[in-house]
Amino acid sequence: MSELVLDQVSRWFRNVVAVNDVSMRIGPGVTGLLGPNGAGKSTLINMMGGFLAPSTGHVTLDGVSVWGSVDAYRRIGIVPERETMYDSMTGWQFVLANAKLHGLPDPTGAAKRAMATVDMASAQDRDINTYSKGMRQRIKLATAIVHDPAVLLLDEPFNGMDPRQRAHLMEVLLQQGEEGRTVLFSSHILEEVEQIASSIEVMVAGRHAASGDFREIRLLMTQRPHEYVVRSSDDRQLATAVIGEASTTGVTLVDGADGATALHVRVVDLSAFSRALPRIAARDGIRLLEVTPADESLESVFSYLVAR
Amino acid sequence: MNSTVIQLTRHSLLGRRRVFALLGLPAVLLALAILIRSLLGVDSDLAVDLMGAFALGTLMPLLGLIAGTGAIGPEIDDGSILYILSKPLRRSTIVLSKLLVAIATVFMLGVVPVFATGVILGSEVHPIAISYAVGALIAGVAYCALFLLLAIVTRNAVVIGLMYALVWESVVGQIVPGAQALSIQQWSLAIAERVAGEQAIYLGIESTVELRTAIILLVAVIVGCTWLATRRLRTLRLSEEG
Repeated sequence: MSELVLDQVSRWFRNVVAVNDVSMRIGPGVTGLLGPNGAGKSTLINMMGGFLAPSTGHVTLDGVSVWGSVDAYRRIGIVPERETMYDSMTGWQFVLANAKLHGLPDPTGAAKRAMATVDMASAQDRDINTYSKGMRQRIKLATAIVHDPAVLLLDEPFNGMDPRQRAHLMEVLLQQGEEGRTVLFSSHILEEVEQIASSIEVMVAGRHAASGDFREIRLLMTQRPHEYVVRSSDDRQLATAVIGEASTTGVTLVDGADGATALHVRVVDLSAFSRALPRIAARDGIRLLEVTPADESLESVFSYLVAR
Repeated sequence: MNSTVIQLTRHSLLGRRRVFALLGLPAVLLALAILIRSLLGVDSDLAVDLMGAFALGTLMPLLGLIAGTGAIGPEIDDGSILYILSKPLRRSTIVLSKLLVAIATVFMLGVVPVFATGVILGSEVHPIAISYAVGALIAGVAYCALFLLLAIVTRNAVVIGLMYALVWESVVGQIVPGAQALSIQQWSLAIAERVAGEQAIYLGIESTVELRTAIILLVAVIVGCTWLATRRLRTLRLSEEG
């Protein structure tokens, strides 16, 4: 059981701040590091993996600084985002080479176990450059778990995978978490994180925006103000009625397509609004033509969390 | 040294198209030697030109550049070096293992062909073969150490290395006398000159640098570059961000 602790960690590159005063504790189980591209997730993982020194603050694994200690790699396994390996080798040769680099007492046995875990034994004698994206990902994972590390760091492991490969990798990560390892993976896709992470750290623009159990974060995300575009048979009358509801905080009448108008409604209580809108329409005899969320992009979800 | 690092380095250095570039240079040298010998017999002037200007002046710096940068540069560029760096290995072990692969490559594809060329041109194991081969070996080791460091320090190692090997050592070195004192080629020539002894003057081996100075500078470059490479590898940044 190992715990990775980030204590007021910042990292800047010249005058660009990539990670800004982040503190978090990552314990056993699967943790998702969620955030849009450019949020500083890779920089954070590079610091956790000892490849980058924090500009200020400390990254420690069970109390020992990760930076500058090659011995930390006995307990850390890393799956990089980049695809490149030693392509002219076979998968087996490469995983075995990784086991040997760790100086394991039984490299062959360790490589066999890792291959079995990622389910690559049947294709292990092919050259790496013949592998599909998903197979490469599994070989990368095999090299990271070959020494049975307590901590597993994965940078965007699901990128570019098809659904079947994704499901398989999720299964393996869940299993690693259940076996007591500290597994951390980054992703910019909410659903991926939702499916396997028991706890979540959200990064936005270099800052640690939210932390905790998935349900809490989901709630934060659904309780944020939503913006809806509403078109109806009588937008002005609907606007006056809608602003009377406690579930809304603002209505704007805008010019829509073809000279028609539309309403932008700012909603603070989604479930109350979804009950109120049809009730108002039925009461006042207004026909609703369109009700669509205006800002469901992940970026807006994240920026809400940051502004909070 | 670590045999697995050596194996991985060999794969990335010789597993790609680079191997053809590496093979092409000594092939040209040997072909020229065979041509000269078969057309003109033993011609010492041409032999000296081929050994001095081509073998030591062009072949060795280029081989050293390809092998030295190739032993680590491609892995840094494509990020696969991470698989070696994320292991409990001393950084000096990694650098020394990679240097060994580069030197072995230069030995097989540079020093051995230079010796063979000397034998072909001189009709028997002539001093020209031995002294130039020794010079080539010394120069090869120094070039490998220098260019290995360069590949860790900058992504433009090949361009900078070419400028050094072709512009500094060849052009500037011939025009500006002071520049010759800072030339791996001249230092190794000083060693070759010593090996050739009294025959040096007939073999066209003449260095502008004193033997003692040459040895000190060679050791300084080889040890200094390797030490610095180890230090720089510790803080190597893998990603492009920032």
